[in-house]
Amino acid sequence: MAAVHDHDIAHAHDHHPTGLMRWLTSTNHKDIGTMYLWFSFIMFLTGGVMALTIRAELFQPGLQIVNPEFFNQLTTMHGLVMIFGAIMPAFVGFANWQVPMMIGAPDMAFARMNNWSFWLLPPAALLLLGSFFAPGGAPAGGWTIYPPLSVQMGMGMDMAIFAIHILGASSIMGSINIITTILNMRAPGMTLMKMPMFVWTWLITAYLLVLVMPVLAGAVTMLLTDRNFGTNFFNAAGGGDPVMFQHIFWFFGHPEVYIMILPAFGIVSEIIPTFSRKPLFGYSSMVYATASIAILSCIVWAHHMFTAGMPVTGQLFFMYATMLIAVPTGVKVFNWTATMWRGSMSFETPMLFAIGFIFLFTLGGFSGVVCAIVPIDIQVQDTYYVIAHFHYVLVSGALFAIFGGAYYWLPKWTGHMYDETLGKWHFWLSMFFFNLAFFVQHFLGLAGMPRRIPDYALQFADFNMISTIGAFGFGLSQLLFLYVVLKCIRGGAKSPAKSWEGATSLEWTLPSPPPYHSFETPPVIR
Amino acid sequence: MNVTEANSVVLRKLLIFTVIMFGFGFALVPFYEKICEVTGLNNLLQADTLTENTQVDTARWVTVELDANTHGLPWQFKPLQSSVRVHPGELTQVVYEVRNNSDREINGQAIPSYSPQLLGKYLKKLECFCFSKQVLKPREVRQMPVQFLIEPGLPDDINTVTISYTFFELGNDNTVSLDISASQL
Repeated sequence: MAAVHDHDIAHAHDHHPTGLMRWLTSTNHKDIGTMYLWFSFIMFLTGGVMALTIRAELFQPGLQIVNPEFFNQLTTMHGLVMIFGAIMPAFVGFANWQVPMMIGAPDMAFARMNNWSFWLLPPAALLLLGSFFAPGGAPAGGWTIYPPLSVQMGMGMDMAIFAIHILGASSIMGSINIITTILNMRAPGMTLMKMPMFVWTWLITAYLLVLVMPVLAGAVTMLLTDRNFGTNFFNAAGGGDPVMFQHIFWFFGHPEVYIMILPAFGIVSEIIPTFSRKPLFGYSSMVYATASIAILSCIVWAHHMFTAGMPVTGQLFFMYATMLIAVPTGVKVFNWTATMWRGSMSFETPMLFAIGFIFLFTLGGFSGVVCAIVPIDIQVQDTYYVIAHFHYVLVSGALFAIFGGAYYWLPKWTGHMYDETLGKWHFWLSMFFFNLAFFVQHFLGLAGMPRRIPDYALQFADFNMISTIGAFGFGLSQLLFLYVVLKCIRGGAKSPAKSWEGATSLEWTLPSPPPYHSFETPPVIR
Repeated sequence: MNVTEANSVVLRKLLIFTVIMFGFGFALVPFYEKICEVTGLNNLLQADTLTENTQVDTARWVTVELDANTHGLPWQFKPLQSSVRVHPGELTQVVYEVRNNSDREINGQAIPSYSPQLLGKYLKKLECFCFSKQVLKPREVRQMPVQFLIEPGLPDDINTVTISYTFFELGNDNTVSLDISASQL
C-alpha cells in the first residue's frame, strides 16, 4: 500500500529497497500483513469464481456448464483454496498488522522468518491451482482428500499434497512467530490478562496450529508414500485402513475449524466494545471460554465420521463432547450481547458486520448442534444441510469478522476513512445475498439433496435457483468491497489517531497511518 | 537474558513440539491398529471365537449369497455354489475356488464385504482364506473353505444376505502389519 510507504518516518539506518524488491525482502510486520491480506483477497476471488461456477451449474437440474469430473474438481478446490488460501492467511495478515501494535512491540519476534512464511504462500498457491492443468486434473475427491480416491487420482493430487505441505509449513512458522511475539515482546505492564481479546484468541489459535498442522502434514505424507512408494497406510488390500485416514485427518480437521473461527471471535471482541462504548463484558470468562473451546476441539473429531462405522459408545462420547462446546461458545455470545446491553451503540460498518456475525454465527452454531446429534447426523451426513451449516460459520462467521476487522482497522492502516455509505451497502448486500444463497440450503439438505453432485432431482430446482441467485449477488457484492478498500487507500477524509470514539487498545495511540516502525520505545501500560 | 535469546528459546521449544506432533501423526497408525485389536473392531484378519454355545434357530431360513471379485490381478475366482440356505446359529462351510491364469507367482489378499452392512455384526467366521495372504504359483488352482455361522440375533426382517470377497494383488513388499497379523494365526 503506497499510503503506508509515503508516511515512513525517515530513519538514518533504514535504507529500503523500492518497487518489487521492497515487498520481496520486507521484514516489516505491516508490509507482510498487507501482503497476507492481499494474497488472501486474491485467493478469495479465485475460490469465489469456483463457487460461482458450481452454483451456475446447479442453477438448473441437468448438466449445462461443466462436466461432472470438473465439477468435482471445483468443489474440492473451492474448499482447499478458501480454507488454506483465503481465510487462514487473512487472519495471519490481521495478526501481523495488529498483534505488535496491540501489545506495544516494535515488530514480530522473527522478522526474517515472517518474510519467509509469507513468501511460501504464492508458490504453494501456484502449485495447488496448477493441479488443474495436470493430467487427470485437480484433486476431485473433496477437500478432505479421503482415500481410496485420493490414492487413485492423477498427479494433480501430488501437487496438492505438496501445496498442503508448504502451506502447513507457512502456518507453523507464522504461529511460532506469533506465539513468541506475544509471550516475549509485550510492552512493560502489558500482562497476559490485560492483552486485547484479539491477541488472546490468536495466542490460543497459534498453539492449536502448531498442535495439529504437523499431524496433517503427517497424514498427507502417508498419502504421498501410499501413492508413490508402495506403503499401505490406507490401502485395504495391503492391510491398511482408509477409515484411519479419516481419524487422522479430522484430528487435524476439527481443531482447524476453530483455527478459522477463534481469531474471528477476537476481532468481534474488539469491535463490539468500541461501538458500544463499554469495556468487553466478562473479559476473563472470554479468555477461559476461548481456551476451553480450543481444548474441547481436540477431542471431538469423530463427529465428522458418525456414518463411517463406529461403536455406539464412541458415537455417544463424540456427540456429548461436541455438544459441550456449545457451552463456552454460549458464554462468548452472551458476553458480546451483554457488552452491547445499555451501551451507547452506533452502527458503523464494522459494527454491522460484528452484529451480523453474532446473529448468523449463532445460527450456524445451532445447526452445528443439530448435526452433532448422532441420529440426525446420520440423516444429514453429506447433504446440503452440512453445506449450509459450515457456510454459516465460515462465511457469515469467519469472513464477516474479516470484513468487520478490515473496515475497523482500515482507517488506522491507510490513514483515511473508508466510504461509510458504500461500506454499509457492502454489508447489507452481503447480508441479504448470503442468506438468500445459504438459508435455503438447509431445506435442500433436510429434503435429502446430496453434496458434491452436479445434478439433482427436479423437486430441488426452485431452492437451487434461489441459492444460485444469492451466490451471484454475494459474489458481485465483494467487488464493491474491493472498490471501497482501493478508494480508502487512495484517499478520503483524514483519520485521526483514534479513528473510533470508543476504541481503547494501544494501536489507537499511534498516528494513522502508523509510522513504518512503531513502538521502537515500548509504551508503558498502567 | 535479552529478548533475542528468550525468543530463540521459545522458537526451539516450539520447533521441537512441532516435530513431536509430526511424529504423533505417524504414531496414530500403530495406536489405531492397537485400538482396533483391543476392541475387536475392524477385525478382518483374525478368526472369530464363539463365546457361548449358540442355539440353532431351525424355524428360520436365511439365504446367503456368495460373491467373488478380483481387482486387477489375473486370477479367476468363484464360489463353488452361488448361494446357500442356512439356519441362524448353524455352522456352515462353503468353498471358493481360485485359479492363477498367469505364468508368474502372485500374492493375493482377499478383503471381505457384507451386505447389508449390518451382517458384519452377526457373521462369525471360524475359518477363512481371507485371514492370510494367498500365494498362487503359475496356473495353480486352489479350493479354499470359509466356515461361518450367522448369529440368531440377526434382525428378523433380513432374509437374504451377501458375503463378497475381492482379491487384491500384494506386491512382494507387502506390509508389515499384514505379515504380523498373518503370523498370529
